[in-house]
Amino acid sequence: MPLTFNDKIFDDIQKGKERWEKELRKAFAARPERLPRFITVSDREIDRLYTPADVRNQQYMQDLGFPGEYPFTRGVQPSMYRGRLWTMRMFAGLGTAEDTNKRFHLLVKQGQTGLSTAFDMPTLMGYDTDSPKARGECGKCGVAIDTLQDMEDLFAGLPIDKITTSMTINPPASVIWAMYIAMAEKRGIDRRIIGGTIQNDMLKEFIAQKTFMCPPVPSVRIITDTVEFGAKEVPKWNTISISGYHIREAGSTAVQELAFTLADGIAYTEAAIERGLNVDDFAPRFSFFFNSHLDFFEEVAKFRAARRMWAKIMKERFKAKEPRSWWLRFHTQTAGCSLTAQQPYNNVVRTAIEALAAVMGGTQSLHTNSLDEVLAIPTEEAATIALRTQQIISEESGVANTIDPLGGSYFVEALTDRMEEEAFGIIDKIDDMGGMLAAIEKNYPQQEIADAAYRYQKQIDEKERTVVGVNKYVTEEDIPVEILEIDEALESLQMEKTRRIKNERDNARVRACLERVGDACSGGKNVMEDVIEAVKAHATLQEVCDVYRKVFGEYRDPGIY
Amino acid sequence: MKQQKRRVRVMVAKPGLDGHDRGARIIARAYRDAGFEVVYTGLHQTPEEIVEAAIQEDVDMIGLSSLAGAHNYLFPAVVQLLRERGADDIVVCGGGIIPEDDVEKLKAAGVKAVFTPGTPLDQIVKWVEENVSPRS
Repeated sequence: MPLTFNDKIFDDIQKGKERWEKELRKAFAARPERLPRFITVSDREIDRLYTPADVRNQQYMQDLGFPGEYPFTRGVQPSMYRGRLWTMRMFAGLGTAEDTNKRFHLLVKQGQTGLSTAFDMPTLMGYDTDSPKARGECGKCGVAIDTLQDMEDLFAGLPIDKITTSMTINPPASVIWAMYIAMAEKRGIDRRIIGGTIQNDMLKEFIAQKTFMCPPVPSVRIITDTVEFGAKEVPKWNTISISGYHIREAGSTAVQELAFTLADGIAYTEAAIERGLNVDDFAPRFSFFFNSHLDFFEEVAKFRAARRMWAKIMKERFKAKEPRSWWLRFHTQTAGCSLTAQQPYNNVVRTAIEALAAVMGGTQSLHTNSLDEVLAIPTEEAATIALRTQQIISEESGVANTIDPLGGSYFVEALTDRMEEEAFGIIDKIDDMGGMLAAIEKNYPQQEIADAAYRYQKQIDEKERTVVGVNKYVTEEDIPVEILEIDEALESLQMEKTRRIKNERDNARVRACLERVGDACSGGKNVMEDVIEAVKAHATLQEVCDVYRKVFGEYRDPGIY
Repeated sequence: MKQQKRRVRVMVAKPGLDGHDRGARIIARAYRDAGFEVVYTGLHQTPEEIVEAAIQEDVDMIGLSSLAGAHNYLFPAVVQLLRERGADDIVVCGGGIIPEDDVEKLKAAGVKAVFTPGTPLDQIVKWVEENVSPRS
C-alpha cells in the first residue's frame, strides 16, 4: 500500500476521523475512557488512533527506503534476518576468570553465538583485587581481571579467532583491550583477525553509569587513541559501543536515550576528526548499544529513528561517503530496570516482550536478562531460560520471517518521525551548549535524567503507572528463587594469584614499560602500543590505570540529585 | 513549653565502587521533599569517608545504597566505624539489590532497616519519621 496519498484522500480521512470521534465522544459520555491519560513508559501521550494523515509528510523512498539502503530506517543489512539471525550474546561474568570461562563454555554449548564479558567493580574502575578500594567487591558483579594471566584463563579453550567477544569496560578499556590483543598474539593470532567490541564509551559514564576514572577531556583523548589504533591495526574491532543502555537504566525517557547517545557519538566523531582521521576510516567501527524497555511500540520506533538519524548525521553533518559509516549497528539489552524483585517469574514475560521489540526494531545482537537479575547474578538455569526466549522468538514465533514487519504501521511510523524530531531538538540544544563535553560540565544530561527518573517513580507510587506485582496484583508471599552466591573466599585466592605474578615477573621491565605509557600520556603519543607492551610484561590493570590517574587526574562525582 | 526542634538531617551515601545511583538520588529527593535536610555523598565513597562526612555534617541517619553485591562488607563496615568513633547514635539503614538472606545478616550487624526494590518512597520516608529523631 502506498504511503503517499493525494490531498483529497487526506481530506476524506480527516472528515472521517472527525465523524468517528464525534460518535466516540457520545460513547464516552456514557462510559468514559479507562484512563485519564494513555502514556508510554516515557510519559508520552498516545492518540486513540493513527491514520495515513499522521504520516502524510513521509516520503517512502526518502524516509524509509529499502533495508541496507540510506537512510536505513528499515534495517542496516539488505537481507536482515532472512540472511542471518541476530547474534545471541548473553552478558556473563562472575567470580574468577576460571569461573567465567566455565560459564562461557556452557553458553557456547547451549547455542550462543557470541561472547560478552561482565567485569567486577574493581576491574571496571581500574583497580586490582588487592587494592584497599576493592574490599568486598571481588567477583561480585562480574569477573575479576588483574593481569594478562587472568585474560588468558578467561578465554582458555575458546576459539577467539572465530568467535567475537564483547567486553563491557570503560575507563580501563584501553588496558583490557591491550590484554585481549596480547592474549591473541601469544596464541599466534594476528591482531588484524580478531573481532569484538569494547564498550569504551566514557561520555555516558559521566551522564549515567558512573564508572569513571579520569576527567572527561583526557577520557575522550584515550578513547580517540583506541579509535585511531583500531582503524590502523585492529580493523575488525568495534572500538566504541556508544551506549544508550545505561542512560535509560538511569531513568531517561526513550527520546533522551536516543538524543544523548547520538550526541555522544557526534562528540567521538568530532574528536577523531580533530585527531586528523578520515571519518570513513573509523566510523564503520563505531557500534551502538540500546536498551529495550517495556513499551513495545515506542521501543521499535526508537530503534528505527536511531538508524535514520545516525545515517543523516554521518552523511550530512560529517560528509561520510562510505555507506558503512552511515550504518547504525546496535546491540540491545532488555531493560534491567523494568524487572521486579516481587514475583520474579513475571520477569521472563517482561523480557520476552522487550526482546521482541528489539528484534522488530532490527537489532544486530541481543542480551536477554534473566529472571533473577534483579536479585543477584543469574544462575545457570535462569540464564538458559533467557537464551531460550531468544531462540523461541527467532525460530518459533515467525517474526523474523520478514524485514521490518512494523514498517508502514501508521502508529509506528508516526512515532518514529516524532521521536526523531524531538531527539534532534535535544541534539541542537547540546550543540548550542558547545557539544556534549560542555553539556556534561553543565550537568545538563545528568539533571534531565534525574528529573525523568523521579517523575517515573512518583507515577508508580501514585499508581498512575502500573507495575504488576509491585503496586497492583500484589501477593503476600513471594515464590522463592534460587540465588547464586559468590564465594567470599575467592577474593583472597585472586589476591594471591596476582601477588604471585607480581613476584615472578621482571619488575624492572614492568617499570620501564609503565614509564613509556606515562610518557605517551603526557607527550600526546598514542598509548596503545606501549600499553600492549606493558601488559605483555605482566603489568597489572591498576598499574597502567594509576599511570593514567597520575598524568590526567581523577574525576569526582559532583553528586547531583 | 514548646520546644524548638531542628529538622532531621539525613545522609544518603554510596559506599564502594558501585555506580548505580538512580535509587540513591531518587531517595535523596524524596527525603528533601519530605522536609529533611539532605546530604548526598556522591559515588565511590569508602566506609571511612562516609563516617567522617557523617560526623562532620552532624547527621542523624545514614542511608546506604548498594546494587553491586558488596553490601555484606560495606554496610557492617560503616556501622563498625561509627561505633569506633563513638557515633553509634547515628542510625544506619540501607537499600538496593540485597537478597533476602542478607537482610537478616545486615540487621544483625546493626543496620536498622533494609529497603529492597519496589518499596514505595513514602514507606521509606515514613520509616525515617518514625525511627529517627534529631540527635541532641
